[in-house]
Amino acid sequence: MRLALPKAWYLVIKEFRSLWADPVLLALIVYVFTFAIYSISTGISFEVEHASVAIVDDDHSELSRRIAGALLEPHFRPAVVIDARDVDGAMDSGRFVFVIEFPPNFEADVLADKGPTIQVNVDGTAPTLAGNGNVYLQSIISREVASFVNRDSGAVHQPINLVTRAKFNPNYRSVWFTAVMQIINNISILSIILTGAALIREREHGTIEHLLVMPVTPIEIMLSKIIANGFVIICAAVLSLFLVVQGVLHVPITGSIGLFIFGAILFEFSVTALGILIATYVNTMGQFGLLSVPVIVILYLLSGGVTPLETMPIWLQNIMRFTPNTQFVSFAQATLYRGAGFEIVWPQLAALVAIGMVTLLICLLRFRKVVSST
Amino acid sequence: MTDAAAEIRAVTHRYGKLFALDNVTLIIPGGCMAGLIGPDGVGKSTLLALISGVRRMQEGEIHARGGDMRAPSHRAASYARIAYMPQGLGRNLYPTLSVYENLDFFGRLFGQSKEERVRHIAELLGATGLDPFPDRPAGQLSGGMKQKLSLCCALIHDPDLLILDEPTTGVDPLSRRQFWELIDRLRARRPKMSVIVATAYMEEAERFDWLAAMDDGKILTRGAPGQIMASARKDTLDAAFIALLPPEKRAAHKTVSVPPLQTANREFSIEADNLTKAFGDFIAVDRVSFRIARGEIFGFLGSNGCGKSTTMKMLTGLLPATAGSARLFGKKLDAGDMETRRRVGYMSQSFSLYGELTVRQNLELHARLFSLPKERGAERVAEMLKRFELAEVADSAPEDLSLGMRQRLQLAVAIIHEPEVLILDEPTSGVDPVARDSFWLSLIELSRNDGVTIFISTHFMNEAERCDRISLMHAGKVLAIGAPARLVAEKGKSTLEDAFVAYLEDAGSEVAAAPLTDALASSSNTKEANRARFFGFDLGRLWANTYRESLEILRDPLRLAFALFSPLILMITFGYGISFDVENLPYAVFDQDRALESREFLESFSGSRYFVQESDINSTADLERRLVSGEIKLAVEIPPNFGRDLISGKTPEVAVWIDGAMPFRAETIRGYVEGITHKYLADQSTRHDSAAPPPALVNMETRFRYNQSFKSVYAIIPGVIMLMLALVPAMMTAVSVVREKETGSIANFRSTPVRRLEFLLGKQLPYVAISLLSFAMLVLSAITIFGVPVRGSAATLAIGTFLYVFATTGFGLLVSSFIRTQVAAIFITAVISIIPAVNFSGLLVPVSSLSGSGRALGLTFPAAWYHQISIGTFTKELGFTQLWPDLIALGVFTLAFVGAATLGLHKQES
Repeated sequence: MRLALPKAWYLVIKEFRSLWADPVLLALIVYVFTFAIYSISTGISFEVEHASVAIVDDDHSELSRRIAGALLEPHFRPAVVIDARDVDGAMDSGRFVFVIEFPPNFEADVLADKGPTIQVNVDGTAPTLAGNGNVYLQSIISREVASFVNRDSGAVHQPINLVTRAKFNPNYRSVWFTAVMQIINNISILSIILTGAALIREREHGTIEHLLVMPVTPIEIMLSKIIANGFVIICAAVLSLFLVVQGVLHVPITGSIGLFIFGAILFEFSVTALGILIATYVNTMGQFGLLSVPVIVILYLLSGGVTPLETMPIWLQNIMRFTPNTQFVSFAQATLYRGAGFEIVWPQLAALVAIGMVTLLICLLRFRKVVSST
Repeated sequence: MTDAAAEIRAVTHRYGKLFALDNVTLIIPGGCMAGLIGPDGVGKSTLLALISGVRRMQEGEIHARGGDMRAPSHRAASYARIAYMPQGLGRNLYPTLSVYENLDFFGRLFGQSKEERVRHIAELLGATGLDPFPDRPAGQLSGGMKQKLSLCCALIHDPDLLILDEPTTGVDPLSRRQFWELIDRLRARRPKMSVIVATAYMEEAERFDWLAAMDDGKILTRGAPGQIMASARKDTLDAAFIALLPPEKRAAHKTVSVPPLQTANREFSIEADNLTKAFGDFIAVDRVSFRIARGEIFGFLGSNGCGKSTTMKMLTGLLPATAGSARLFGKKLDAGDMETRRRVGYMSQSFSLYGELTVRQNLELHARLFSLPKERGAERVAEMLKRFELAEVADSAPEDLSLGMRQRLQLAVAIIHEPEVLILDEPTSGVDPVARDSFWLSLIELSRNDGVTIFISTHFMNEAERCDRISLMHAGKVLAIGAPARLVAEKGKSTLEDAFVAYLEDAGSEVAAAPLTDALASSSNTKEANRARFFGFDLGRLWANTYRESLEILRDPLRLAFALFSPLILMITFGYGISFDVENLPYAVFDQDRALESREFLESFSGSRYFVQESDINSTADLERRLVSGEIKLAVEIPPNFGRDLISGKTPEVAVWIDGAMPFRAETIRGYVEGITHKYLADQSTRHDSAAPPPALVNMETRFRYNQSFKSVYAIIPGVIMLMLALVPAMMTAVSVVREKETGSIANFRSTPVRRLEFLLGKQLPYVAISLLSFAMLVLSAITIFGVPVRGSAATLAIGTFLYVFATTGFGLLVSSFIRTQVAAIFITAVISIIPAVNFSGLLVPVSSLSGSGRALGLTFPAAWYHQISIGTFTKELGFTQLWPDLIALGVFTLAFVGAATLGLHKQES
């Protein structure tokens, strides 16, 4: 017996052809999964990198110079010596994030065991750099002072040997983190734009009406868009993971890529459904753009892919848990970095399916009403 | 007819490879009604746009009003003397503005005083019969009224040359008649005024003084209508036009004759019973009833917007009816019924096939969607290609086909599944007469040979005459139903058009026009004195644009809401959401010693506000598992014998495992852990002298300047204000110009004396005002919701913000002046502004830490400069003395963006 392929399949092929015929969208896909990933991953980081430091040296001693010389790249830019009068101006203009002030007779006081005080001015308006940078500065200064004092009397005795190890990313490399988070972010941006635009384009061209007078159901129309656009985006994302993230950026991936792809497919399903949902609330491409940009920005910044989820108020965390991005970010962090298996991440996967189904259901309820009212 | 209205010499115009005009030389006589006739796409519109100076010339020469239209100075002088009304119903109108406001805007553009405008508008409205509706939004007028309003807008400055591009297409016959009468009266009063009209209605053209017939970018013939008909030996212009076509085109033409309907079978395929559709208060279709017998060709005749399409959509199940019922094949219509859908074919008004698929692929897709078996599908596709003569173009894209071929393709697609009922919504509008007749031959064959019921809407009278029965429709109501000949006879008229007009008059549809007074004629050229001008820059015209743009924004709730509320919502989410204060971290301990010392050490963790303790870890495997699952972010492992080793000075090793998946968080945790351990050791040394480490060699006093408590909200909120004022204003203005390009009202910029800078600045001002309002709301919520006050100079902040939103709206205009579609404008603006505003402005990483390209990128966008001002005045307590360089930079950006936008926007379309 011969089974006819479901009609949706022909619509999927049609969607592929539509996408293929649109060089701008194809270029956009290539751009975001290659150049954009690379430039953002290597361009911004929340690590203490290239922090600008100035030194006010009223001591001019060997020790003060030694401390200044210990501030090294990549954490710090070479320290610049400035005059005490210029401290305010330099910090006001944002030229320096840290200004270290050595008091007169600093070295002599250290050697005399008087415990002199170094003042460290930190620009409190640079939140990513100030806190961790200050920790670095303190430990560098302590180390340099200690080794200066004890250079003849041997090592300092510490009662506890504290060993801190960062699992999964021993060197705190932010590119490992940013690269994968960018892939996730790009998946969601493209999914929302591509599927939403595909639906609105059909409405603007009147082809959707054509489909609706044929024996085709709205669910077939929506699924065909989800499948076709989703497939292309997932393929691009996986290629990007192998070629750009692993290949060019040399990010080691410990977890199961198969599991990640499986999760990505579920994520893709729920986020493309979201794109369609947004498209059902607007009439034109222009309105779609205005509405989708804030949605994309919120999903990007509050999903836990940029700043830690724990820093948000509990109520906001709870709201964000209903977005596919938050679930997928936590899934991806677990599988790719921590090597978690299915038995650990299944709740996130279940959540993605649930979010996708509910979104699609709402789309379905709105679909016919909205499509015909233009 | 002394002077020519326009002299065209050897003009050629191409769009890509396509010739719109092919070496056209033509002298259009002045002081009379001159017409250009021919179907869509033969170059009429291009020629009119060139004559009016709206489109940039490519080759050749055009003289109008005694000067060379290629010379900018002559064009500038001509804008005020030429009126141009573009094609499309109300294309140059602003749909949300009222009738009065539309006219008022045009009056301002031409520099008329208030008193002058009031007089002109009153008079024009009276003359066109629009005076009862000065407050109705233009978008809610009927097609005929829109065209009258467009005409009023064109006439407000009393032009010497009036250029009308298909002014009556899609307008009902009565309005059409009134429109021409109005033009006649105007001309009678101002005999010197020249009028050039393009039209697709041959009947209409018969009354013009002079005609040029066009085909394929060439002039077929020219002369008085009588002459043209006489030389072609035809008695209608339609027939004469076909006779004038080149032989190879004419060969395809066959005269249409309709064999009578065999009325053996009287069952009804389509029945509508009191069908009604309301959109809110507006009743689009009002209790429409009719029955269409099987095999009948039933015509729907009426103007655009009279409810034809809406009725058809209800019959296909696309729109649910508000009241009444519809039956197909005797069954009540059910939108979900797939079986019925297989028996119906539908062709919508505009071309609605997939442009990205080839002709064959479109046919195949539809065959499959109708679940035709594979062989049958292939058979039908081949049959359709043959029957509709599409085989040669089977693998071309529909865009490359002529309009007539595309219509045939749509018909082929609509009947590929052999439907019993065919619903066709204005299938022939814009198609040339030969193609229209061949389309009708196909329809007649379907009806008479295959017994297909055809329900077709049209606004061509000669097509309506071919139907078995027609229904005259106007303003949602059916005026009459019957065989065309019967309807004509009933009104005692000679033509269907006259009969339709008679029915319309019975229905009392349009208000009769008042006679023209003499005021319009007497109004001389507008006074140009006493107006604020700088080097030709006119504040009145700028203000006209500002006022109009403001009205439009106020009437578009979605854009207004986006402009005002999205920054606020985003600030609240970001303010709560983006925080670098890492707190409440779940951690667990693996204490293998469980001695007094280990408990004391661990207490310093549980006492910290940064950490939240989870249940203890009991094995190495457990530690591993809980870190992997993300349940804990930190594990502290105390070795066995920790207490004993500590007391005996053996330096026990405490292992701390941090989840490094998120590096920033991991680094922060490490800092916390080191701090806690230091503090523990210091406390120990003061308590137990025995194992005391040496007292501190050096004390470090950290001062978090500007932000003593080191809360990220003091840095993030000013940053978010910077971000919001970068994105939202730019996106608003980016849409503003492109929208006009899409809707067509950009034609008003191109055809009136308004200058580029007046147009752009005029548009920009309302957005600057909205952005400042939005800024006020942001500052207010920063203070009240987040407790982030403005500690520095509020005045500097205000000046900085003013310059900044000027710069960012200017950036949007810059994008908008280059881009063609709204979507592209939005995304390009968003992408280009997000990257420097988020990554390289100092929001996340201080600019002083950026290097190379990042820093350069940051400094070439206003965001980084404004970030200094925002954070400086909010948190750093700074003022003008420290921030003046940033203010200057923002001023430079404003000038650069607006200047570049002005250069990028061309007065003429190319």
